[in-house]
Amino acid sequence: MAESKKMYLNMGPHHPATHGVLRIELELDGETIVNATPRIGYLHRGIEKLAENRNYQQIIPLTDRLDYASASANNMGYCVTVENLMGTEVPKRAQYLRVIMAELARIMGHHLWIGTHALDIGAMSVVFYAFRDREMIMDINEEIAGYRLTPTFFRIGGVAHDATPKFIQMVRDFVKWFPKGLDGYHKLLTENKIWTTRTMDIGTISAEEAVNYGFTGPSLRGSGVAYDLRKAFPYSSYDDFDFQIPVGDKGDVYDRYLVRMEEFSQSLKIIDQAIENLPEGPVNVDNPWISNPDLDEVQKDISALIRRFMIHVKGPVAPEAEVYQAVEGAKGELGFYLVGDGSEHPYRLKIRSPCFYLASALPRLMVGHMVADAIAIIGSIDVVLGEIDR
Amino acid sequence: MSYKNVIQTIHKKFPEAIVNECENKGQREISLAKNRFYETMRVLQENTDLPYDLLIDILGIDYTPRTPRFDLVYILLSTKDFSRLIVRLKAEEGEEIPSVSSIWHSADWAEREVYDLMGIPFSDHPDLKRILTWKNFEGHPLRKDFPLEGKDFDKPFDPETIEDYT
Repeated sequence: MAESKKMYLNMGPHHPATHGVLRIELELDGETIVNATPRIGYLHRGIEKLAENRNYQQIIPLTDRLDYASASANNMGYCVTVENLMGTEVPKRAQYLRVIMAELARIMGHHLWIGTHALDIGAMSVVFYAFRDREMIMDINEEIAGYRLTPTFFRIGGVAHDATPKFIQMVRDFVKWFPKGLDGYHKLLTENKIWTTRTMDIGTISAEEAVNYGFTGPSLRGSGVAYDLRKAFPYSSYDDFDFQIPVGDKGDVYDRYLVRMEEFSQSLKIIDQAIENLPEGPVNVDNPWISNPDLDEVQKDISALIRRFMIHVKGPVAPEAEVYQAVEGAKGELGFYLVGDGSEHPYRLKIRSPCFYLASALPRLMVGHMVADAIAIIGSIDVVLGEIDR
Repeated sequence: MSYKNVIQTIHKKFPEAIVNECENKGQREISLAKNRFYETMRVLQENTDLPYDLLIDILGIDYTPRTPRFDLVYILLSTKDFSRLIVRLKAEEGEEIPSVSSIWHSADWAEREVYDLMGIPFSDHPDLKRILTWKNFEGHPLRKDFPLEGKDFDKPFDPETIEDYT
């Protein structure tokens, strides 16, 4: 009788299919995974510690670098939390612009996911189509914010500036064009025999187990739990829009794929409603302690100049209070627990990262599958290491 | 209604478990006593009225020089009606807190992170070791007495000195 020996395979941290610097130690029996140990921390930048030493406005660019694939969605989470702590209400036009940016970011994150996920499994062409469409959103970001990947368009109490007519036209063009692009992805993958064989019944997780492992977002909805923060705890005018929450039932890689594919069209629906019903009005809260005066005003009025200087040097002050606020990021529940101490810095900022918990379930999802399926599983839970390691 | 039932169940089973109950910016919040902490958390997860089956996050807050030094905050969610509950526990420095990773699996990594960055140890944790930093890293970065620029930023970085778990 042949003797069976366990083999250890080190996957990552520099492996293209781990979507960053995730390292997984795989214990193999032949080609079957018997144990998997994820190791994280290669991208730990100490964002929570840094945040304690910066003022509230200065933390916004840090949040861009959490889930860098969908940066505006993180800005949304942070800004909504700070505004909740300070007790300010953002004008309607700014809320709608934020929704447009966050949903565009969600689509952008899903573009990266569909491209790399398909590439990992071996469908080479999808990534080109996905990145062609992602490029359009990058151009929109560039038009409104100047940056392409990490726009930092949000401010405490509103957004950086009003939308330009060109921005509105570009968003309209994208909304008009993208259903065709999405149709292309569906044609390439959804009923593709190779794709379904590689993804169906792989990495299956039941609803109870997914909840127990702390899943949120599309990965939890793939298992059949309709938990979406945009519906459960509406923020930033999400209750104005009509959209559905797609859910799967089996909780395998294919279900998570279908959920995300449907989220493309639901996000598009929200953007369409937001851009067509964009209310008139200011884009910043009318509070001299929080918002920046207009540049026009600064050039004419000395007090506006001083105010602008003080806002930038000192920043807004938050009261002595604690708040937990979460938003639906592209990957799941992105929460911020913010403790204010009456100064211009947070006393403590804890970022609840959805990917952290998704990655912790990797051993549970992988054990019993083949090595090649490990790649499909990592792709299907869509981890971004910037968010795991913070 | 059902939230009140849960609180009543806990009151009946463990009369001194809940130290304080309040609402903070529309968020339900309870403070628990250290003895009976684990059992109370189990009731919160297992009751049939309103099971808090999703542990969203665990975090530590360093309130030095106050004693007890730390606040541990558990954010729970019920997938039954999607309501949140914040559970608060005070912890002394170096004091072991019962691990809840046998109740919620998501607590496994969350507690490791709290241990790593805040230095709060957990008893009965299956695999309590550092998660974001490395094995021989000194100190706990999110404590208030840990300097922002790190402890040995002026020395040249030598990767050979880093030991990691095998």
